[in-house]
Amino acid sequence: MAHPTFFKKVKYEKELERDLAAEIIATPGGEKILSCLQCGTCGSACPLSVYMDYTPRKLIGMVREGFKEEVVTSFAIWLCASCYECTVRCPSGIGVTEVMYALKRIAIREGIYPRHFPVPVLAKEFLKMLKGSGRTNEFWLVLRVLLKTAPMKLLTSWPLGLRLWQRGRMCLGSTRIPKAANEDLRRMLEVIEASTGGPLKSPLPVTVGAQPSGGDLKKAA
Amino acid sequence: MAYTYFPGCCMHGFARHCQDSLYAVFDALGLELRELPEWNCCGATTYISVEENQAFALGARNLAMAEKLGSEIVAPCTACYMILKKTKDHLARYPDLREKIDQALAAIGLHYEGKIEILHPLEIILRDVGVKGLKAKVKKPLRGWNVAPYYGCLIARPYALSEGFTLEAFDQLVPALGANLVDFELKARCCGGSLTGTIEEVGHRLVYILLHQAKLARAHCLVTVCPLCQLNLEAHQGKIKRRYGDDVTIPIPYFTQLIGMALGLSEKALGLEKLLVPLRWELAEKAFAAREPAAA
Repeated sequence: MAHPTFFKKVKYEKELERDLAAEIIATPGGEKILSCLQCGTCGSACPLSVYMDYTPRKLIGMVREGFKEEVVTSFAIWLCASCYECTVRCPSGIGVTEVMYALKRIAIREGIYPRHFPVPVLAKEFLKMLKGSGRTNEFWLVLRVLLKTAPMKLLTSWPLGLRLWQRGRMCLGSTRIPKAANEDLRRMLEVIEASTGGPLKSPLPVTVGAQPSGGDLKKAA
Repeated sequence: MAYTYFPGCCMHGFARHCQDSLYAVFDALGLELRELPEWNCCGATTYISVEENQAFALGARNLAMAEKLGSEIVAPCTACYMILKKTKDHLARYPDLREKIDQALAAIGLHYEGKIEILHPLEIILRDVGVKGLKAKVKKPLRGWNVAPYYGCLIARPYALSEGFTLEAFDQLVPALGANLVDFELKARCCGGSLTGTIEEVGHRLVYILLHQAKLARAHCLVTVCPLCQLNLEAHQGKIKRRYGDDVTIPIPYFTQLIGMALGLSEKALGLEKLLVPLRWELAEKAFAAREPAAA
């Protein structure tokens, strides 16, 4: 995970990826990022911002300016536990949590995350399980994620599993919904995928941050 | 009165004790739960980090099926509750999304009107039984218990909490059971959700902050309204003790377990033996004995 102080660099205008902002604006909840006041209320309300490399405020600022690489490779987007505290507090009515989801989607879509990092692996395994059986089973989900990310953790996690099992709180059997219902579910998801026309949404015609940024002025240096 | 029950995956998995107690308490209060047949996972807060429109379709399928049955949905997991409400909200506000979802639902012979109400069991108890009604049914008041209510994040956030409900109103259910209401400041702070399993160092810290605050507030138990919070807060107490050198052991009942105890229901019916940190009737005296000298 890139740490901001090590990777801070000047960006030239042509290095900026402006279509990132357009994609976020096209997402329900992200429409208002251009009205962000940069007040920092989101970050101060966030219970996780102290662990983040970029606070939500910085992320929104960077999205607007086209710092796609920094945003998508940040640790912060994976830390968001989607508690919606920022969304409730934002004076500009920005769905900060939805912005975070959108950034996670972009990172997963473009394969930009460390291979053994558990958060995106969990998300992908969750999806696979849901599509396969219509419901999720936390025991198999956790087991799969641990095997894929940190198998050694099984050594420290099994006592909890045992305690849950002893109390009849572990479902080792199948939790799948009836076959016909599962077929329905899959068909429904396929129809949506077809109507979405691939993962990328058509960007809206908006111009973002037209004024020259500090980067251009420092070009000579 | 009958409701359509949307259990969510947790209630059929690690939170079976929550489900047991929910059924028992609803039964004792004269409310009926009918499980929605063939429900699918709502996608929680995870699905949408991979696919967006599909995530709304998952909620919409459940809503459409429940609409056919007619009665209101009860979702005892706050993640399911929030996701179903968010789906309803977004389908009403974003016509483009609605069109796509309608198309997909039509392909499997379903239709969604957008009229169904989604409620948390807390809201049902407060609205249809009421504080007074609950008080009248209490057989074994929880006298001397300091109960800290913890609601977690999702029930108190944008799409959640139906009109006319506040966390303060829910607080009133605690004194109705005969217990002392502890003013728990962090009642709506996030417990970290799945972070306790993915980025452990951070997840444990978030849980520790809550447990530590409960200890400072001298609570005997921290009552939760979400099965994931319930698991998070109780399952990692041992690791937290080792990591931070602070003993924060405290029972974490699901709220229907606590209500059920006051209603005089059996421990087995409430699934009390399934809690990782045991909750017992003599809790209050023991806890007093252990903590009084330290406080003085």
